[in-house]
Amino acid sequence: MIEAQGLIKRYGRTVAVNDLSFTVQPGKVTGFLGPNGAGKSTTMRMILGLDNPSAGAVRIDGRRYAELKQPLCEVGALLEAKWVHPNRSARSHLRWMAASNRIPAKRVDEVLEIVGLTGVAGKRAGGFSLGMAQRLGIATALLGDPGVLLFDEPVNGLDPEGILWIRRFMRRLADEGRTVFVSSHLLSEMALTAQELIVIGRGRLIAQTSTRAFIDMASESAVRVRGPEMERLHGVLTGQGLAVRDVPAGDDGPAALLVPNSSTEQIGELVGRVGLVLHELAAQRGSLEQAFIQLTGGEVEYHAGALAGSGNGPPPAGTPTAPAQLTGPPARRTEAAAADATRGGDAR
Amino acid sequence: MSLLTVERIKLFSTRSPWWCMIIATALTVGLASISAAATKSSDLSEFTPVVTQDASELGLVVMMVMATLAITTEYRFSTIRATFLAVPTRTSALVAKAVVVALLAGIVGEIIAVGSWGIARLIQPDAPLGINTAQEYRSVFGVGLLYLLSAVLALAIGLLVRQSAGAVVIELIYLLLLESLLPAIPRIGDHLQHWLPFTVATNFIVAGEPATSDGSEAIEGMPLGPWGSLLYYAAVCVGLFVIGLILAKRRDA
Repeated sequence: MIEAQGLIKRYGRTVAVNDLSFTVQPGKVTGFLGPNGAGKSTTMRMILGLDNPSAGAVRIDGRRYAELKQPLCEVGALLEAKWVHPNRSARSHLRWMAASNRIPAKRVDEVLEIVGLTGVAGKRAGGFSLGMAQRLGIATALLGDPGVLLFDEPVNGLDPEGILWIRRFMRRLADEGRTVFVSSHLLSEMALTAQELIVIGRGRLIAQTSTRAFIDMASESAVRVRGPEMERLHGVLTGQGLAVRDVPAGDDGPAALLVPNSSTEQIGELVGRVGLVLHELAAQRGSLEQAFIQLTGGEVEYHAGALAGSGNGPPPAGTPTAPAQLTGPPARRTEAAAADATRGGDAR
Repeated sequence: MSLLTVERIKLFSTRSPWWCMIIATALTVGLASISAAATKSSDLSEFTPVVTQDASELGLVVMMVMATLAITTEYRFSTIRATFLAVPTRTSALVAKAVVVALLAGIVGEIIAVGSWGIARLIQPDAPLGINTAQEYRSVFGVGLLYLLSAVLALAIGLLVRQSAGAVVIELIYLLLLESLLPAIPRIGDHLQHWLPFTVATNFIVAGEPATSDGSEAIEGMPLGPWGSLLYYAAVCVGLFVIGLILAKRRDA
């Protein structure tokens, strides 16, 4: 288990991590999600005692990293694949790591076997492809058979096969009862890998929740309705105080209406009561990326001017992701704030 | 003990330390044999053990570069982070590195010193190259001690600067330029010279050598005797290394 309490990291006047508290439970893959520059790697380095926090503390099973006697046997970490001398062989690299924590030398061959690098163990690590270097990094993390594992953006730059391998691998480690903490800037990736999420933006905690709940909260749902009498339909819906938007005919079908923040049940019953015929009634979800950008919108380090502009301007025609953009930041902000409040309430 | 093993594996599992050791030995012994061969028979009476060590500074610089690289490449390739992950107390890992690097430099220094002296003896069997007095022992076998301590100094500079090129340039500029330029300052220069680390370190080797026709090897009026000089140099090297340790512990890796 990893517990962070009030972590703060300042570099001069910039605050990279701001009053961050969270816990990572064993037996699950916990995702550490945030845009680039949100402070994920800094936090991971503080967990591992590489960077000193300006304030606050982080403990692994109740102890600070520096207090661990044989840290590699308790915590395994892959922060960057290239933490290897390029002229040293993979085996030599693992051999000195093993010696430092009195791990038997035969374990080196075991982990090389696990990650499938046995064939190139004697080759210099500098000649490794990114995928191979990543595997070597994982072998390093596994060396001491630790109960806590940290991975920083493990799928970056990997091919689909490698991504699938890592994803399954992390699941397996968690199923064995280990604590697995993995950072990513991709919500879509985390949705497939992590059961729990810790979401940060600009060094602040945005949410700690299950992945399912976060996606439900984050991604906007809207209902698409279509019928022969579009104008009456429009009138009925707006008459109930619902926000309705026209979707012109396009790639995803004939002209329809889109009703955000609603459910198919609500609209079906409403329309049924007035006896209107419907040809289509479907729930729609915004893309995860869109949702993530909006949720962390206020917390993104570098705001892309173009992105902000398109959000405020006229809606792009009829794409499935349009609704999330249209309903706009204000609604999102309140939801995020509400989530924040809920989390605060839980903590107390 | 396991940390010494770690540093030994690290040092010998890349090629550059091997090259440094080979180059240091070949260059120094090579130069020593050339000057032995080129010594005129009229000067033979002044060809004493201490003269065979004139080239030892060459190998010393190479071994200092090796010691510096032993730490700066760790920063360059971020293996220092892997090291600190494995040994979070940091100090013990760095002390182990200093012990391994310094011992290696010391051994290489001894080999170079004895090699230079031996080859000179082979080339000029008639020169007064016997090692009998304490002074003669010091001037040959003492070279290894200077290599050992200088490796600690070089490691300390590497630890402070954390960057290969920067650290090596600082060492070379200091060793080759500043130590010879500072004594040229009017009035204070002479006093300054008596306390410059490498000048004092050299005094350990050459103190008490009689002046030859080329002038004296030893500098007049050095306040410390040979062993006092060695102690002073050791204090400088270890002191700088301790500052490096404190900084390494406080800085983010």
